[in-house]
Amino acid sequence: MRLILEKRPQASRLMYFSSPLLAIVLTVIVGGLIFAAMGQPPLRALYLYFIDPITNLWSIEEVLVKATPLILIGVGLAVTFRANVWNIGAEGQLTAGALMGSIIPILFTSWQSPLALFCMLVMGMIGGALLAAIPALLKVRFGVNEILTSLMLVYIVHLLLDWLVRGPWKDPFGYNFPKSIGFDDWHLLPTFGDGRVHLGLVIAIIIALILYWVMARTIKGFEVRVIGAAPRAGAFAGFSQAKMVWFCFLLSGGLAGLAGIIEVAGTIGQLQPNISPSYGFTAIIVAFLGRLNPIGVIFAGLLLAVSYIGGEGVQIELGMSDKTTQVFQGMLLFFILMCDTLIHYRLRFLKGNGGQL
Amino acid sequence: MIDYEAIMLTIITASTPLLLAAIGELVVERSGVLNLGLEGMMVMGAVAGFAMAQVTGSAWLGVLMAMFAGVAMSLLFAFLTQTLVTNQVATGLSITLLGLGLSGLIGSGFVGMPGVKLESVSIPVLSDLPYVGTLVFGQDPLVYISIILVIGVSYMLKRTRMGLIIRAVGQNHNSAHALGYSVIKVRYACIAFGGMTSGLAGAYLSLVYTPQWIENMTAGRGWIALALVVFSTWLPGRLAAGAYLFGGVWILGLYAQGMGVPIPSQLLSSLPYVATIIALILISTNRRLSVINTPASLGQGFVPDR
Repeated sequence: MRLILEKRPQASRLMYFSSPLLAIVLTVIVGGLIFAAMGQPPLRALYLYFIDPITNLWSIEEVLVKATPLILIGVGLAVTFRANVWNIGAEGQLTAGALMGSIIPILFTSWQSPLALFCMLVMGMIGGALLAAIPALLKVRFGVNEILTSLMLVYIVHLLLDWLVRGPWKDPFGYNFPKSIGFDDWHLLPTFGDGRVHLGLVIAIIIALILYWVMARTIKGFEVRVIGAAPRAGAFAGFSQAKMVWFCFLLSGGLAGLAGIIEVAGTIGQLQPNISPSYGFTAIIVAFLGRLNPIGVIFAGLLLAVSYIGGEGVQIELGMSDKTTQVFQGMLLFFILMCDTLIHYRLRFLKGNGGQL
Repeated sequence: MIDYEAIMLTIITASTPLLLAAIGELVVERSGVLNLGLEGMMVMGAVAGFAMAQVTGSAWLGVLMAMFAGVAMSLLFAFLTQTLVTNQVATGLSITLLGLGLSGLIGSGFVGMPGVKLESVSIPVLSDLPYVGTLVFGQDPLVYISIILVIGVSYMLKRTRMGLIIRAVGQNHNSAHALGYSVIKVRYACIAFGGMTSGLAGAYLSLVYTPQWIENMTAGRGWIALALVVFSTWLPGRLAAGAYLFGGVWILGLYAQGMGVPIPSQLLSSLPYVATIIALILISTNRRLSVINTPASLGQGFVPDR
């Protein structure tokens, strides 16, 4: 038996929409097998993981809180990957945005006005975009591989955050814990009612809708799609590859930075050594699961947010490792890529060596 | 008084995992495939090696198990990118994410346990020589294996028929296919070799470097190894020089911290990553060096037409 690929005359619409669902089903099945192999009741574990988080108001709120940064970063990466530009350092850009935006609440505590909060968000975007500008510049100017540089910067900026919260930005009355001062009320995002969901979610969804419109209806969106699908055709059409690299990095970096300051000013309320459970890397999966389409990213962001809460659920209820989340997320990306092959190819099984002439 | 011999020894220890992972990836990239899953394969090797050594008490069985785990992960990558022609960048990332997660899950029971260390060989008489004794004749076995691998790969690529086929496949897969070589089989084999050396690199971390299991203990070494391959311009000799240079930078940071240099420890810890970026810039600005050996089909999927 041999497995061969046969190119479809046209990309399959059906597979385009059903491949993420197929990937989710495969993830659930293999996930169940992994639970069973670790001696856990698979059905109960799967229920705790995927269903339990959306059965009560408290955890639904948590899902929305976690979906906020995933959607924000995911839409930027969706556009970026569409253009065949590879920014995989969103985790670092998130941290850079959080640092830059926190300058106001930490160093200018007395500036208390709604404008301060607005400036924090803008500075967050600038912080993320500035960090993303480094791989963009190196790529355009010297042809340095953007994957490696954007990733190295993640480690560097994490160490910078670590230094700041243990050194100059440490709360002097914080019993020597590596944390900054808690932000003033003026420097926190307003929440809905008494809950945990904050304004960030609205911002994320608005930005996703805007980017959907940009991608579907504007020249810029067309340019992104052409350069991504056929760079030579893009060059003949007069689209600049270098400008596209800049555009993608500044956009996705800025949005990751915005997600960072929103996470700090909306969810955490201060700086600490760990501000993100790898949102920047998980957003890569969000972008692919959402078909590199901003609307799709909203749904994918919600699903991956469930995977975080579900991971916490099995950790508390069944005493499993917190790494369960990462395993599910990794599997999901793996299976989406696998199923996406079916969009352009049919699978054929040949007996023996029959297909060869 | 600084003990130069001790410093040299620690540099070799810090460089070897980079060298092991990078020499495999060099062969993979020479065949035209970009496997960004190095970090994931390495960390799986580390946990599998540690677990096996822990259960059986034999470090060597641990090394074998680590190689096996690395190959298993790499075959997942190969199946997707070669058989199903998925995007290599994204697939490599998924292998890294999966590896980091799975290794944490498998290793959660092993955190904090004292490990089994792979003993250094010590050639009698020779290792007692002054200055160079331990340095040349008293290393752990994996150091020698890494050096043998570098020499072997260099010879294989340059002087053998197999090396010629691998390079042909990496330069132009359509021509190689037309000549009758099975592009996909060659690439499968190269990817599996890369998985094996990544597994070895992982084993080095959990059985020699720090004989215990720590979550995410690869700490970006897989990515630095990837950068090293670019830095080496796909030449094994240059790769080895680069690996020892990077190991040196890594150790420099540790020593400076140990000697109480008044610089924040985080700045010193960031040195290897900064050095990686600088190295990439230096090599990329030199067009002649960076283009001449780049495999022309790097990162492109291949579907044989029928």
